[in-house]
Amino acid sequence: MTKKSALILPSRSISRRDALKGIAAAGALSVAPGFVRYAQAQSSAPIKIGFQAHKTGIGAAYGRWYERTTAAAVKAINAAGGINGRPVEIITEDDGTDPKRGAEVVAKLTNQHQCDIVYGTLFSHVVVASAPVAGELKVPYFVVSEGYHVASGKMNRYCFQPGITDVRSQVTAMAPWVSGNLGKKVTMIYPDYAFGHDHRDYFAPAIKAAGGEVIAQIPIPPTESSFTKYFPQIPAETEVLYHVMVGPAVLTFVKELGEFYGSNKPQLFGFIDSLEAVDINSPGLEFLDGSHFWEGSPRYAQANDSEAMKAYRAAVGIDENGAADGDPKDVSTAAHMFGCWETLYVIKQAMEAAGYQGPADRAKLVEATEAIQGFDEGPEHPQGDKVFDGKLHQVYGHQNISKLEGGKLNVVHRTEIKDGMYEAEGDYTQQAL
Amino acid sequence: MAFGPHLLLATLEGLVTAAVLSLTALGLSLVFGVMRVVNVAHGEFFMLGAVIAWGAASLFTGNAALGFVAALIISPLVVGAVAFISERLVLRRVEYNPEATIVATIGLLYILQQAALTFYGPEARPVEAPFNLRIQLPWFGYSGYKLFVIAAAIVLLLLVWLILTRTRIGLVMRATQIDREMARAFAIPVDRVYAGVFALGAMLAAIAAVLIVPIQQAHYLMGLDPLLLSFIVVIIGGLGSLRGTLVAALIIGVSDGIIAMFFSPTLAKMIATAAVALVLVFRPQGLFGTATR
Repeated sequence: MTKKSALILPSRSISRRDALKGIAAAGALSVAPGFVRYAQAQSSAPIKIGFQAHKTGIGAAYGRWYERTTAAAVKAINAAGGINGRPVEIITEDDGTDPKRGAEVVAKLTNQHQCDIVYGTLFSHVVVASAPVAGELKVPYFVVSEGYHVASGKMNRYCFQPGITDVRSQVTAMAPWVSGNLGKKVTMIYPDYAFGHDHRDYFAPAIKAAGGEVIAQIPIPPTESSFTKYFPQIPAETEVLYHVMVGPAVLTFVKELGEFYGSNKPQLFGFIDSLEAVDINSPGLEFLDGSHFWEGSPRYAQANDSEAMKAYRAAVGIDENGAADGDPKDVSTAAHMFGCWETLYVIKQAMEAAGYQGPADRAKLVEATEAIQGFDEGPEHPQGDKVFDGKLHQVYGHQNISKLEGGKLNVVHRTEIKDGMYEAEGDYTQQAL
Repeated sequence: MAFGPHLLLATLEGLVTAAVLSLTALGLSLVFGVMRVVNVAHGEFFMLGAVIAWGAASLFTGNAALGFVAALIISPLVVGAVAFISERLVLRRVEYNPEATIVATIGLLYILQQAALTFYGPEARPVEAPFNLRIQLPWFGYSGYKLFVIAAAIVLLLLVWLILTRTRIGLVMRATQIDREMARAFAIPVDRVYAGVFALGAMLAAIAAVLIVPIQQAHYLMGLDPLLLSFIVVIIGGLGSLRGTLVAALIIGVSDGIIAMFFSPTLAKMIATAAVALVLVFRPQGLFGTATR
């Protein structure tokens, strides 16, 4: 019994002297080592970037390449010392390319995973559904979508699109070339939801300003799997057929268009969105030979590629045909995924400018991002130089128009940044943080 | 385009839809008719058929016709085997209890869909048509392969009809459908019939998918639409009735083609759904179905 209590109780009572020693020691600990603990957090705790990824659902092909590009960029950033000397950690959550799930993912990444920011969304309906949650949680939300949602001024102060130009700017920049080189009378075929509506609303005025005219607009429900029934609506006098179909049914669309027209076809101008992750030499796509496409960043290696572009392509792991190294059938989403690489470097730049330490500095990060004016072409921005509008949270860059010939896409025209500028419709900096 | 050719194109498109739909819906209808279970995973058997068709066809790159024939043989067999195994492992274990079967086949739906995503990937991949024939009409061009799809579906439907009405297997199936207890009393191995019918239903979906895959691409999410349309067709036509399924598939397919072309695709879907509601209210057993005993 006595033995046992000796184990539990101190052998002697605590003297006043001991207590004073203890207090002094604790005081010393709380002064000097407190500083040490702070420095340690700054040097070693990773910066957590929550990645809202389309791993499944209709965007899965894009999602896979967004993940690969993100992994490559983070590897490069960490190899060069991370952000503010801290390593970057990506925490990926699948949103199923579903708006409702997307909103949940933003909350989960922020509250449960304690991510510093959320990043990486592509499909515009997911962005539009997720943005309010990001605004509510006051977590910076960097999307790589190309939709005209952030730039419309209708999202909130925490949403940014600093890595890829929006659709409105893209079509504004390209309309003069379409009107000047392909034809004046344009018929548009587009998916009947937000992304297609951006094209409908902004291409028509742009081509009108360039001396052309949209003579028919044919919306197609996004779930449609067969298209022949829409083709009789294409007016016979159409000179240019403008198509921006997305989703798995695109090959059907092209094939049926080919069967409908045969060799007697109008000029075709499309967004490569239709054929991202699809081998351009797939059976049935012969009909597209000689037609033109928008590309954010060229899929095929071009003769005049910069060293930065070559290094980026090698880092992401795509060959000269834009397919995964070693698997020619695994075609990339090259026209969009460069935006992931560039956005991550924008985040790095803004976090370093803000002296970002943790979630308490989120407002500082927002202001630091808004202060950015633009980016120079280089290893961090291989697609080209860009102008950033801090009030609209949107970036503007060069667009490529490529011609499909000999089974490859060759860039035939590169727009200037100023070609795609438009009157801003909002100013996020007026909103409270 | 003038009204006449426009209508012709709409009808042709509608017939292609109807052809594929009738095969898929027939599979669903057979399974319900004989086994009295609702197979929610039916659309995934369709998807699996398309994905395996792509796999089979890519074994014969360079010869599209050979690849297509291989797909037409391999795909239904593999899908039939998968269905057979899932019937043995899942449906029989829940003793064909209607509620349990619905939940179990929803589970099966997700397993098959996610397996396809994991092993096949998220891309839409095309299978080359066995022949490339473009028929130039005075007003527009049309795919010769689509006409072949219509013809092939008619032949296959005739074949199923012959099997059901003229063979011993068909007799056994019909006996099981009409009265399970009596069939068992006459020494029909009802249990084995069930497994066979479930596999056959899935094979019909797979054949439909092989036919469609040179027109639409194989994609892991492609099973949802055929499932919904098959349910619509089967409800309108009457569960378990071959003739009803065929007639309803024609009505839905052709009207979808025509309404979608002259009005809007959304209206076509609305009318189809309204038709289901009306049939359920005024003739719950379907146009050609017999009231369940």
